[in-house]
Amino acid sequence: MADGPVAEVLLRRLEAADGGLDSAELATELGVEHQSVVGAVKSLQALGQIIETELRSTKRWELTTEGEEIAQEGSHEARVFRSIPPEGLPQSELMRLPSGKVGFSKAMSNKWIRVDKSAADGPRVFRVVDSVEDEVQRRLQLVRGGQAEKLGEKERSELRKRKLLTEVGSWRDRPFKPYNFSAHGVLPDSGHLHPLLKVRSQFRQIFLEMGFTEMPTDNYIESSFWNFDALFQPQQHPARDQHDTFFLRDPAQAQQLPMDYVHRVKRTHSQGGYGSQGYKYNWKLDEARKNLLRTHTTAASARALYRLAQKKPFTPAKYFSIDRVFRNETLDATHLAEFHQIEGVVADHGLTLGHLMGVLREFFTKLGITQLRFKPAYNPYTEPSMEIFSYHQGLKKWVEVGNSGIFRPEMLLPMGLPENVSVIAWGLSLERPTMIKYGINNIRELVGHKVNLQMVYDSPLCRLDAERGPPSTQEAA
Amino acid sequence: MPTVSVKRDLLFRALGRTYTDEEFDELCFEFGLELDEITSEKEIISKEQGNEKAHGASDVVLYKIDVPANRYDLLCLEGLVRGLQVFKERIKTPMYKRVMPKGEVQKLIITEETAKIRPYAVAAVLRNIKFTKDRYDSFIELQEKLHQNICRKRALVAIGTHDLDTLSGPFTYTAKKPSDIKFKPLNKSKEYTACELMNIYKTDNQLKHYLHIIENKPLYPVIYDSNGVVLSMPPIINGNHSKITVNTKNVFIECTGTDFTKAKIVLDVIVTMFSEYCENQFTVEAAEVVFPNGKLHTFPELAYRKEMVRADLINKKVGIRETPENLAKLLTRMCLKSEVIGDGNQIEVEIPPTRADIIHACDIIEDAAIAYGYNNIQMTLPKTYTIANQFPLNKLTELLRQDMAAAGFTEALTFALCSQEDIADKLGMDISATKAVHISNPKTAEFQVARTTLLPGLLKTLAANRKMPLPLKLFEISDIVIKDSSRDVGARNYRHLCAVYYNKNPGFEIIHGLLDRIMQLLDVPPGEKKGGYAIKASEETDLKKCHC
Repeated sequence: MADGPVAEVLLRRLEAADGGLDSAELATELGVEHQSVVGAVKSLQALGQIIETELRSTKRWELTTEGEEIAQEGSHEARVFRSIPPEGLPQSELMRLPSGKVGFSKAMSNKWIRVDKSAADGPRVFRVVDSVEDEVQRRLQLVRGGQAEKLGEKERSELRKRKLLTEVGSWRDRPFKPYNFSAHGVLPDSGHLHPLLKVRSQFRQIFLEMGFTEMPTDNYIESSFWNFDALFQPQQHPARDQHDTFFLRDPAQAQQLPMDYVHRVKRTHSQGGYGSQGYKYNWKLDEARKNLLRTHTTAASARALYRLAQKKPFTPAKYFSIDRVFRNETLDATHLAEFHQIEGVVADHGLTLGHLMGVLREFFTKLGITQLRFKPAYNPYTEPSMEIFSYHQGLKKWVEVGNSGIFRPEMLLPMGLPENVSVIAWGLSLERPTMIKYGINNIRELVGHKVNLQMVYDSPLCRLDAERGPPSTQEAA
Repeated sequence: MPTVSVKRDLLFRALGRTYTDEEFDELCFEFGLELDEITSEKEIISKEQGNEKAHGASDVVLYKIDVPANRYDLLCLEGLVRGLQVFKERIKTPMYKRVMPKGEVQKLIITEETAKIRPYAVAAVLRNIKFTKDRYDSFIELQEKLHQNICRKRALVAIGTHDLDTLSGPFTYTAKKPSDIKFKPLNKSKEYTACELMNIYKTDNQLKHYLHIIENKPLYPVIYDSNGVVLSMPPIINGNHSKITVNTKNVFIECTGTDFTKAKIVLDVIVTMFSEYCENQFTVEAAEVVFPNGKLHTFPELAYRKEMVRADLINKKVGIRETPENLAKLLTRMCLKSEVIGDGNQIEVEIPPTRADIIHACDIIEDAAIAYGYNNIQMTLPKTYTIANQFPLNKLTELLRQDMAAAGFTEALTFALCSQEDIADKLGMDISATKAVHISNPKTAEFQVARTTLLPGLLKTLAANRKMPLPLKLFEISDIVIKDSSRDVGARNYRHLCAVYYNKNPGFEIIHGLLDRIMQLLDVPPGEKKGGYAIKASEETDLKKCHC
């Protein structure tokens, strides 16, 4: 600490002194700036119960140049008085004297002089009294003699108003301590939004900008039917395994299913139909009734598309959702049992793979991602399917940023959607882009109760399209 | 997604050319594969068990390739090479043929005892096959990949492959009491009863995962030859007697299972992949299976199916404009032999037995798009005109979050799943009173129930952040789950708002003030009589909380 030595001396002196020390006196004694003594006092105070302090203010007064002159020569009014002979003086002549203007009005209000306006050669000034006490001069002489405290506050301020007296050390004349621009300011007290949810807000915003309507997703509990069967995901699919999905013990089964639709789904799985071979297995209703914690928001998309299919005539739709999903997975630094999924869906006549890629290009451009390419992939409920890759400047390689495809006819046609309607869809996780954006390696620091609140406090705004490049790797390049 | 590990040099030799890692990665990407990792046996061992153990291990370069989960025909080197060579038009896709043997056909008789446990079986013979060490390893590895994927860890299908020359048919697939089954299992030197084996394998890192499939059944499935030699006790272990080696000439393959369709697919995949090494390439010797009802089926099916797809449909779904001839060529490159027929707009597509994943025209369309090259497709924007709407509950949530932060509270994000203790015991409540939904298969206590209140999550957040300067002011607006029999699934979400104030002094007025502020924001006046709000002491728990 810079004022360490001063603080030490201060403490030593305090120990020896009786009844405290005056900081100003100490500064003079030590030959240091008063501010460095104050600094030492402040840092000792910050340590707690070490010293006691009391604020004292001392003031010193000195004469201005004019005050100096008056102390020497007398006040303007006294000088006016003295320059008037017994026979009087024309006012115009008086006004030409150095102290004339100021002195005249003061002498008038002191009733030392009078003006005879009826005189033949213009107004003439006469003495009223024989002699005067030059109080102003006397007071200024007191101040000059270092006895300003003998004057009352009122008297001093009167002199100050007349600019005859100034307070020594008045802020106008003092050099200011320079601002320390390299120090941190004091952050305002405020609340903070969670970084993951800030990113969520931005994704919502992007979808809304693109004209997508938000689907209801406020149902964590879903039946296997809507989560899997409706999506043409066979009942032996590994995702339906106990190892991957949280099933419910209570309530274990969905009691209500749209049975007409269920029968169409059953037929499509077990026998085919709608141009499909089907999976050729024994589809079981009990399996479809099993309740679970939804493993993807596509379950909500399936419900939304089913509702859309019931509306006649068909109207094109663009949907999105961002919400929690659950997986009974092995947990590690990037995987939790619950995470958020972002999903976009477009339903219209004659949509193509080119349309899907076009929508994805616009969507990712809004995220600040412009270099995209698409890889063939497999999803149980989309065909064709494509994984979306973007070129990562930092890693110098293509990384997967999402998954997409056109929903299978075996999913759409049993819902009752018209045959020439295609539905394109894509999805990604909310956590991954957030972790990349905020440079978080362990997902537990971001989501859940082990979150680092300091990180929440410190996280900047989420501006997805105004991303800075990773500086280290750019330098390396 | 299954990962197939192949020796790089072996792969390049089979492909007839070498690639740089980048070139091969690019080829994989285009075809829908992913070159996941470039490694070696040595590297794998040293990573898993340390450098010392890796000493002396092979440093032959291995490519680990991710294969789409529905492409069983790409799960081995043979299939990968065939797929890529056809894609690059270096070879034509082979025709797989089932032939009857000159002599007696191998027979597998299923007895009715199997009906309750593992009712289906299919079989085939690979005649005059020529293994090498690499081919043999690949053959074993393919069975393992199939077991892990389409066979659902042997639950749906289990494969047994045997040296036919050590056996004599006909074979019997039956089910017996475990104590009545006794044989020398693979790689053991003495005989054990099935009961003993199940005990021994409890500690076997590989086999212990399959025991549960038959463990509690009164009868275990078993296959005998005509001399009473045990071929296998599916889905656990084969007999040692018929063990195949690099020198095996004739292989008898049986697949047993609970899913007939998948058993047939698995058999087709094995024989189409490895008939490549038979004296008569790509021919497979038939075997007959007699079902308990006396019906006789011949396997492998090796069924070819013809599908008709209109060229304009492909163009319309992909968003391209190719001639029917070009589209047929694209499909042929994906092992789907195609030709233009009829009015010149019809494409006849032949689905080979290797492509069980093709079940709809959309699968054919995807293959056309892959061969065309996804990244060559012109991007366009759909003309779909829509007006966006927010989900009202989320709209309100977004508005309220902002103002909660403006009121000086910091947003937490806690888990929706927790322990029973969190929502009941720790809050002084009985679990039955919470009306919580219960998870049947939690791996740990953290995932026993869905939360019925946001409070435990916020309290845990406080506990984990005690090092932070006080006060801590937290809030969360999120969903909780409550049982509700009026809903189709018997439960529903509620959106809750919860806030906590944590300091050295209680400061109830602060949380009270926040509640007043929230009500102000929601335009709800104070005072019950005016239809507004009032707060009352809760009897449920002695912790204060605010619900909205």
